[in-house]
Amino acid sequence: MTAILIRNGHLIDPAAGVDAPRDILLKDGRVAEIAGPGKIKTANGAEVLDAAGLTVAPGLIDIHVHLREPGQAYKETIATGTAAAAAGGFTAVAAMPNTAPVNDSPEITRWMLAPERGASVRVYPIAAATRGSKGEAINDFAALKSAGAVAVTDDGHPILKDTIMRETLAAAARVGLSVIQHAEDTRMTNGASMNAGPVAFKLGLRGMPPEAESSLVERDIRLVTELRDPRVHLHVAHTSTAAAVAAVRKARRNGLRVTCEVAPHHFLLTEEHVGQYSTNAKMNPPLRSAADRDAMIEGILDGIVDAIATDHAPHATHEKEVEFENAPNGITGLETALGLCLRWLHREWKLPLGRVLSLLSAQPAALLGLRGRGTLAVGGFADVVVFDPKAEWTYHAKETRSKAHNTPFDGWTMQGKVRWTISEGRIAYSAPASTTA
Amino acid sequence: MNATAVTPPVRRQLQTPQPPASPFPYNPGSLLSVQDLSLEAVSHLLARATALENQDPLTRDRILLKRRVALLFYESSTRTRTSFELAAKSLGADTTLVSSLSSSIEKGETLKDTGLTLRALGAEAIILRHNSSGAPWLLEEATRLPILNAGDGMHEHPTQALLDLRTMLAHLRPGIESVTADTLSGVDVMIVGDILHSRVARSNMLLLPRLGAHVILCGPTQLLPDSAADAGPGISVERDFETALRKSQVVMMLRIQAERLAGMQIDLAQYKDAYQLTGQRLSAQAPEALVMHPGPIIRGLELTAGVADGAQSAILEQVRHGVAIRMAVVERALTTTGKGGRA
Repeated sequence: MTAILIRNGHLIDPAAGVDAPRDILLKDGRVAEIAGPGKIKTANGAEVLDAAGLTVAPGLIDIHVHLREPGQAYKETIATGTAAAAAGGFTAVAAMPNTAPVNDSPEITRWMLAPERGASVRVYPIAAATRGSKGEAINDFAALKSAGAVAVTDDGHPILKDTIMRETLAAAARVGLSVIQHAEDTRMTNGASMNAGPVAFKLGLRGMPPEAESSLVERDIRLVTELRDPRVHLHVAHTSTAAAVAAVRKARRNGLRVTCEVAPHHFLLTEEHVGQYSTNAKMNPPLRSAADRDAMIEGILDGIVDAIATDHAPHATHEKEVEFENAPNGITGLETALGLCLRWLHREWKLPLGRVLSLLSAQPAALLGLRGRGTLAVGGFADVVVFDPKAEWTYHAKETRSKAHNTPFDGWTMQGKVRWTISEGRIAYSAPASTTA
Repeated sequence: MNATAVTPPVRRQLQTPQPPASPFPYNPGSLLSVQDLSLEAVSHLLARATALENQDPLTRDRILLKRRVALLFYESSTRTRTSFELAAKSLGADTTLVSSLSSSIEKGETLKDTGLTLRALGAEAIILRHNSSGAPWLLEEATRLPILNAGDGMHEHPTQALLDLRTMLAHLRPGIESVTADTLSGVDVMIVGDILHSRVARSNMLLLPRLGAHVILCGPTQLLPDSAADAGPGISVERDFETALRKSQVVMMLRIQAERLAGMQIDLAQYKDAYQLTGQRLSAQAPEALVMHPGPIIRGLELTAGVADGAQSAILEQVRHGVAIRMAVVERALTTTGKGGRA
């Protein structure tokens, strides 16, 4: 395998406590050496990347994406989804199991990991918690884990029955897997297509009350409390309400292993962005009130939020060009996450760059126990993102590497332009020459 | 659990991204929402409604002679469909009706494709009734034709609000057609019943306060969420029917929309007890008030037959005003060129 030497860059590796000029040598898919500028002798035949003026960081990790394979390749494939991930600076993505068929078996998990899928970056399948994600019969977690699954969830089909959720938490803990819950009490959201409140009333749309999310988070936390097993890990997906963040905060104070993620759209947008029925502002959980959005920002800034995850949910254009209530939920997010986080979390709201990067790499890696990722240690995976932290640019959905164009961030100003994304020692993305300075 | 107890106060006043400005309406002839109309535009429509109503039918049908107007109806309708059709034909236009049954919509054609097909067939404007809120916006974006919203889901029914306004003005402000921000100052209009599912209620509550009226919404919590009062200025919620009745010069009764209840259970006996407009209630609380109803009425449910047919009822008058208003709206659709201006 070829070697890559990244020279003259500024390394920010929050988990290692590094924020200094460093050169890095990558060899055979691993980090071979990290040293001060000019200290690494150019290895024979190593490709040299000049990162002068650029930030070098551990590759970003998105623990919540929908890659749509198997079964919905017209929306996205593992190849196109991971190409978009690489363009966004991500070197690992965790793929949700709501595929067709549902990823509830070691066979499908292995199929997703096969080299024939053409992934540009590392894919971590998250398996279904129950057979067909129907919330009835629990899958064989040990078998799923050995096939490569890193967590279990019935994402999109929340587990409502107390008995099944309790059993899921306990069984996953026994084999060392996290349980991810899409917290939505679907008994309260029947026929609803946006957040409940004055905006939904005005638009004549049925609303999802914030309590549909927070009550299920509270129920799940109660189950974790009752299990009294320190191995139990509950992770709340795409948290969107103030009450849910408050519940997580309280659980953590009580010493429980309860974590949560927030998607960029939930810390940036509100229900007002639905505008005149923009289906690119339709997702589940929905865009919430300004108070809920502010609570997401607050939770990120004060550290209760453990990870930024995009909930990248590609859909074909024709699927979104329908009546609002008939449109599928979800927006793409892999190419816009870093640019939005740097533009808003870092520049506007003054979250230090190291903490932004930690939310996008070290913390999600720790959360799902992804060994050798999320930090750049000698011997660890050569997953690196090199970006210009100051560069401002405009995102154009039509230029996406994803198959899908369903984003509310088309035409938005981004900060921080990815120059190279290196996945396990291979250059997975290199910015087109015209866009580099 | 008490969530608020563990939520720290928000420490910062942060700059956050603002929603983009609406690109709608794309076509200046469209009428998607009452909010698209300035008071000048409302005044103009009212004046044109009267002028067209009084015009000799033999010259009136020159105005849109042989122009093509499509009526695209995804829901059943008597009043709205017939009055739009009569209005367009009175102006000389050719009309065609496409309804969700007996068309390719049944075969799975999308609204976008149906709209593009109608445009290719030569439709110059589309009058749309649809069961999904927001459908007219989708159709306008896809076709860029003038779209007239003839009722979208639970959202809006702008021509109903205009004909309701014309009915109110005829009684409360006779002779006035040029409306301003205080034309209806001091007037309380109550809307009673199934507000949650009513597009008529939304269009009226967004239009009437702009003319100075105060809108009182009245109904049980199930059918009238508290947040309805936040839909705009000049709107309040009063749960007690008789209290609201005493304050109102106009009483607009609504039907319970059984087709939109989505599993909601309403105790009809209890509902009638609390909210039915009876002759006794009307004479005791609001003997001078104008009684309105967008139809269809369900006699013996939201109002008694005696009230529907009584001297205070303007229900059939509303229907008559519908034809005049829709003539003005169809004329505007096909003769407006610049934004807000007219050819």
